[in-house]
Amino acid sequence: MDLKFTPEEEAFRTEIRTFIEENYPERLKNAGGREDLGRDDMLAWHQILGEKGWSVPSWPEEYGGTGWTPTQKYIWNEENARANTVPPLPFGVSMVGPVIYTFGTPEQKERFLPGIVAGTTWWCQGYSEPGAGSDLASLKTRAERITDDDGKEYYIVNGQKTWTTLAQHADWGFFLVRTDPDARKPQEGISFLLIDMKTPGITVRPIITLGGEHEVNEVFLDNVKVPVDQRVGKENEGWTCAKFLLAHERSGIAGVARSKVGIERIKDIASTELDEGKPLIENPFFKRKVAELEVDLTALEFTELRTLAGEAAGKGPGPESSVLKIKGTEIQQRIQELVLEAVGHYGAPYFRGYGEGDNEFSIGPDYAQRAAPTYFNGRKTSIYGGSNEIQRGIIAKMVLGL
Amino acid sequence: MNFDFTETQTMVRDTLQRFLADRYDFESRQKISRSDAGWSQDIWKAFAEELGILGASFSEELGGLGGGQIENMIVMEEVGRSLVVEPYLSTVVIGGGFAREYGKADLIEEIIGGETRIAFAWAEPQGRFDLNYLETSAREKDGGFVLSGHKAVVRDAPSATHLVVTARTSGDVADEDGVSLFLLPKDTKGVSTRDYPLVDGGVASEVYFENAEVPASALLGEAGKAAGAVRKVVDEAVVGLCAEAVGCMEQMNKLTQDYTKERKQFGVPISKFQVLQHRMVDMFMEAEQARSMTYMAVNRLPDSASAAQAKVKIGKGLTYVGQNAVQLHGGIGITDEYAVGHYFKRATMIEGQFGTTDHYLRRYERLALED
Ligand SMILES: Cc1cc2nc3c(=O)[nH]c(=O)nc-3n(C[C@H](O)[C@H](O)[C@H](O)COP(=O)(O)OP(=O)(O)OC[C@H]3O[C@@H](n4cnc5c(N)ncnc54)[C@H](O)[C@@H]3O)c2cc1C
Repeated sequence: MDLKFTPEEEAFRTEIRTFIEENYPERLKNAGGREDLGRDDMLAWHQILGEKGWSVPSWPEEYGGTGWTPTQKYIWNEENARANTVPPLPFGVSMVGPVIYTFGTPEQKERFLPGIVAGTTWWCQGYSEPGAGSDLASLKTRAERITDDDGKEYYIVNGQKTWTTLAQHADWGFFLVRTDPDARKPQEGISFLLIDMKTPGITVRPIITLGGEHEVNEVFLDNVKVPVDQRVGKENEGWTCAKFLLAHERSGIAGVARSKVGIERIKDIASTELDEGKPLIENPFFKRKVAELEVDLTALEFTELRTLAGEAAGKGPGPESSVLKIKGTEIQQRIQELVLEAVGHYGAPYFRGYGEGDNEFSIGPDYAQRAAPTYFNGRKTSIYGGSNEIQRGIIAKMVLGL
Repeated sequence: MNFDFTETQTMVRDTLQRFLADRYDFESRQKISRSDAGWSQDIWKAFAEELGILGASFSEELGGLGGGQIENMIVMEEVGRSLVVEPYLSTVVIGGGFAREYGKADLIEEIIGGETRIAFAWAEPQGRFDLNYLETSAREKDGGFVLSGHKAVVRDAPSATHLVVTARTSGDVADEDGVSLFLLPKDTKGVSTRDYPLVDGGVASEVYFENAEVPASALLGEAGKAAGAVRKVVDEAVVGLCAEAVGCMEQMNKLTQDYTKERKQFGVPISKFQVLQHRMVDMFMEAEQARSMTYMAVNRLPDSASAAQAKVKIGKGLTYVGQNAVQLHGGIGITDEYAVGHYFKRATMIEGQFGTTDHYLRRYERLALED
């Protein structure tokens, strides 16, 4: 066992750091994690990385991956977190991309992968439905196969998706739809479709969340005509793709690097804020909370490193990654809570112009302005991506065999 | 010993509950909170005239219904249950508290009538939760005073006609001695405000005093000797907030229980999952203990250590109930459209108002365990 970085790895770190310093857009400084960026700002860093060949580090090299070791990927995440960059959106890079290069036809790979690598195509994920959240397999959106007058085969899709993140910007969506309503089990009879969001019959309606953000949407599909060659994998076997996607790309899921930066930020804020005339960080109660966070984050970090080492040794990411999801999100939420606590009175003001380009708000210190909305918004992390209750269920069943 | 309410107290609660059910459902509340003013003059008028609740906590000699802090508690619980944004805490509990303290019968009459609304300007950008930390100064001049300074996040200032302001007439920045209290019309020359909404649906202002001149009659009590009264009234406000928290938590619990009984996943109502049942039991126990602590603290007023205990227990309960109410709703819980998230936001802000859980735990240690 040796837990130190090698000199080569340290050199790699320097290379990454320099690249970020020299190429990261000035206007997006410290914008990572902001929920209010427009489409161009969200894609800018992704596009720069696309040109450099670093936008999809985890992919196989033939599709644009970097061939980095897990440790290098880890360093990559750390350095991006340190600079608080706007990360590439997961929907293309971590979700649909791997599904396409694993299950897609050569034509599909050629058609869809380059846009993901370059950061020019925006993808959204159409899984959840009003009646199908944790119980995703109960989804009802229906796709019927027809032959049209042009002699070609299409799916006619009808139904409703919900919670579709950033669908308002999306060019394409990947959808789970029911192609065989009579299948024996709900997981059977589902197919995985790629749908152009400009197809007639698609309506995207905003859902506003607690911090005032427009981040999620309802997506209505009304007789949406989808060419059959936009199905990935076999008909009625879409659940295989869905499951693969859920288990894929667990590195980074714990958010360790970003949480480290979050804790540093708390220390900064608490060095500025005064409590009884002294910096808040000197308040023993407050300091203890920061210390406890650091202890828990270290435990998470080394749990993640063990998982990564296992992956490098050829063990696929297993249900253990549920540990990373649960502990990672709990820590992120505690950080958000502590930031709000640290900023005191100025956590309360709210400005209604949110999301409409209103940057005129200057009540209290800058670091206080987004503290409450970020805390409220952050409750989502223990709900989505398989809620933390569902993740505990997975560990109980798959890891402990209970 | 008994925990029963008197007939009048029960009547106050029942009429208020009926009124709010009728005129202040969640949608109406959202409309009011999102209006430009951020509060409703009509509702306030109805509180004063139709319901007469603004006088519930004042003695009969002062024109009230003969009640006290228990009446405030009863009203605040309903304020919490319905997410009322109108300034009962600021005007009646705090403004009225100071009026009672300093025997201002005329002010009480105006509060009861609804025409005078008060905001309490105490917090300062650097002071955190220390009531005595005052950079705002009041200097004597021509028999009156001149106020200078900046008060932070003054709740309900936009709807207020008057301000109660803490300012220093002598001593060092955090001294107990030298804290003075002033009551002045908000439109006093030299007073300016910057109004804004709050994340929990309320409104507040930054209040600036630039050589604002007030007459000697604006001073409440004796110059430099107000720290005790301020603490006392803030403790009453803390107990009021605890009562608001009880209403808020109970409503979150109700929404969560109702929702999980309705919501089906995996073919069953999610309320059938034992982990969720136990979670809801823990949430229920937090609300029960919050109620117990509120009754304890209201009975022991003006005991500051008891108010601190209540704030600690209830602060933790608010966080637990709020976070889990959202969690158990799933995605719906974080939407702006659905009520539970707004209760969670208010719960979060109550936890920090007049000091966080940690602040009051430290205060309790000092009052009870140190000498
Ligand atoms: C901000 C946000 C963004 C999202 N983005 C997307 C997206 O882009 N695309 C997409 O398809 N979906 C997205 N989702 C949906 C997300 O995956 C679902 O919210 C999630 O699966 C939970 O489903 P639900 O909201 O219907 O809650 P429910 O499934 O109704 O769950 C409600 C509560 O019950 C609990 N529960 C449910 N089943 C069990 C059980 N068996 N045992 C114990 N507890 C249980 C849950 O943990 C939760 O606490 C997003 C959600 C949010 C909040």
